[in-house]
Amino acid sequence: MPELRTEEMVLNMGPQHPSTHGVLRIELVVDGEVVVEAIPHIGYLHRCFEKHAEAMNYQQVVPYCDRMDYLASMSNDFSYVLGVEKLLKIQVPERVEYIRVIMAELQRIASHLVAVGTYGLDIGAFTPFLYCFRDREMILDLFEMTCGARLLYNYMWPGGLSHDITPAFIEKTKAFIKHFRPAVKELNDLLSYNEIFVKRTANVGILPADVAVNYGASGPTLRGSGVKWDLRKDDPYSVYHKFDWDVVVGTGEMGTLGDCWDRYMVKVWEMEQSLRIIEQAIDNIPEGDVHAAIPKRVRPPVGEVYVRSETPRGELGYYIVSDGGQSPFRLKARAPSFSNLSLLPAISRGYLIADMIAIIGSVDIVLGDVDR
Amino acid sequence: MHNFITYYLGTGFWTSLLSSILPLIWIFPYALVAMWIELKVSAHMQDRLGPMRTGGWHGWAQPLADVAKLMQKEDIIPVAADKALYVLAPVLVFIGSYAAYAAIPFSPAYIGANINLGIFYIIAVSAIVVLGILMAGWASNNKWSLLGAMRTAAQLVSYEIPSSLAVLAVIMVAGSMNLNDICAAQSGWFWNWFAFGRFPFLFITFVIYFIASLAETNRAPFDIPEAESELVAGYHTEYSGMRFAFFYLAEYANMFTVSAVATLLFFGGWNSPFGAFMSGPVWGLFWLLSKAMVLIFVQIWLRWTLPRFRVDQLMYLSWKVLTPFALANIFIVGLWTVLK
Repeated sequence: MPELRTEEMVLNMGPQHPSTHGVLRIELVVDGEVVVEAIPHIGYLHRCFEKHAEAMNYQQVVPYCDRMDYLASMSNDFSYVLGVEKLLKIQVPERVEYIRVIMAELQRIASHLVAVGTYGLDIGAFTPFLYCFRDREMILDLFEMTCGARLLYNYMWPGGLSHDITPAFIEKTKAFIKHFRPAVKELNDLLSYNEIFVKRTANVGILPADVAVNYGASGPTLRGSGVKWDLRKDDPYSVYHKFDWDVVVGTGEMGTLGDCWDRYMVKVWEMEQSLRIIEQAIDNIPEGDVHAAIPKRVRPPVGEVYVRSETPRGELGYYIVSDGGQSPFRLKARAPSFSNLSLLPAISRGYLIADMIAIIGSVDIVLGDVDR
Repeated sequence: MHNFITYYLGTGFWTSLLSSILPLIWIFPYALVAMWIELKVSAHMQDRLGPMRTGGWHGWAQPLADVAKLMQKEDIIPVAADKALYVLAPVLVFIGSYAAYAAIPFSPAYIGANINLGIFYIIAVSAIVVLGILMAGWASNNKWSLLGAMRTAAQLVSYEIPSSLAVLAVIMVAGSMNLNDICAAQSGWFWNWFAFGRFPFLFITFVIYFIASLAETNRAPFDIPEAESELVAGYHTEYSGMRFAFFYLAEYANMFTVSAVATLLFFGGWNSPFGAFMSGPVWGLFWLLSKAMVLIFVQIWLRWTLPRFRVDQLMYLSWKVLTPFALANIFIVGLWTVLK
């Protein structure tokens, strides 16, 4: 029998595909179902954030930060206001710091819930996704109670917060913590340790620690490979040093260290750690006025600053240059999703198309963050 | 029923037409009910309510509304598609699922075609579905559809082997391929049903058959051919409107076929679980349908609980787990039948 002629096929995955988590286009070169090459094409959600910022007041930039990583708006704002405050050299009241930390950690849980839930969806399990969204809903309700918005908050302002929290907020946050611990266990029983789920994700998309560091990965993607690096511990900002919690890293217990299951599981464990931080913070919020340190007009002295913080997706940095005017002379954002996405070609070679979905989901990108 | 029709209409054209239309009259309401059950069951499993408004009581009219919507949709045929095959494919898929109904004895008194090779016929005619799906994938001229179709072909062909081997074990015990005879062999109380009467071997056979039949109906955890998050919608990505509805209908028709066959082979078919109590032609219909509906519920349950296998894992399960087990099972059941 003569040998059959076969050839590689170029498959266009996205920008409209259910599992690329937004408008990402991946050019797949496949040999049958085996991925030979995966080239991400980005830019479909580019909104000129950095250029816009140059035309805005410092305060007006905050809502734009909201729209970068739209699943973790609080964390984006947090990093930005830290930068502006550093430029202005103002000290915010302790109460503000505590509330910011609580909000950022609640946001981390909400964001990880989306990541974990949609990851289950990618693997084909529909039900855990809705359980995750049910719990995320409770956090969004909490945010709504404080600032009225559910997705894009404009809550953290340079020097303070838009609104103070109410006693009802504290009540409901405690109720959420009580509800959420068993919910994580339920999620683990239903999805994380499910035989099929483990088979689909363990030993897939292995990212060795040195490769992760070389590509500038951060957040759960980096920690999934076993690198203990978390800015909340390693470059502490705000009041994180006051709380007792652990940096969780991947263990490789189901397969190889740095596989998709590790990256997934780090997020689940991080939610539990965030709960610990919130628990300690919610009981010790000092008294104070959240508007006390808000400057009337923001005109930082000439200078430049780089701040970074740990968002749910990793290291978000802002480089802000001030020329003494009302708006930043230049603002550059170092987005975690962008660096994490650059890993994709390196870890997806030789896997099947179905694994490709598992890998994209485990890296957990938000296209608003990649393109800005 | 068949005799009833024959009595009034003779054995001519009208009889054939009527007996072939009867299952169709069953399929449509059944599919609507099954769709509604799936909507509601999945919703309650996921901590939501599902449709609540359409038609008033718990959204009972939602499937009707869906069908009405699908009928109004524009029928799109891609420019690059192979038109003849594209149009033919959904019909062929539906015919494959529908033709199997001819040999299902719905009750002791009603069977479309009482053929001696009943179960053999069902297995054979269901295989036409593969052809239809391959045609759909190829004719759509879409890479995702093609991948889906290739996966389906591989999956269906692989899983027909363990499922046929499982059926073979029952045939050995019953000594017949006529489904009515197989049912009659399980009459009496429910411990006479093959799944329980020949415990545990035929129960294992049932498990093998059920897993394989899940794969044959393309339901989760084996819904790889249409894996939404991977292949967009697999082989029916390009289909819309009524043509899509045909695939949908065929899926539900198929779900019922495999459940009915499992019922007939392992759970006594139209037999009442309580001996002579509540048995008879009409009760027979009731028992067969309710047993099949229970199995359909299990299928829905599994679908909304489990993640999806990967292609190679699917093949592994079929060739290296189910097939050897089915073979060993046949050997033991055969020994038992001979020694008894």
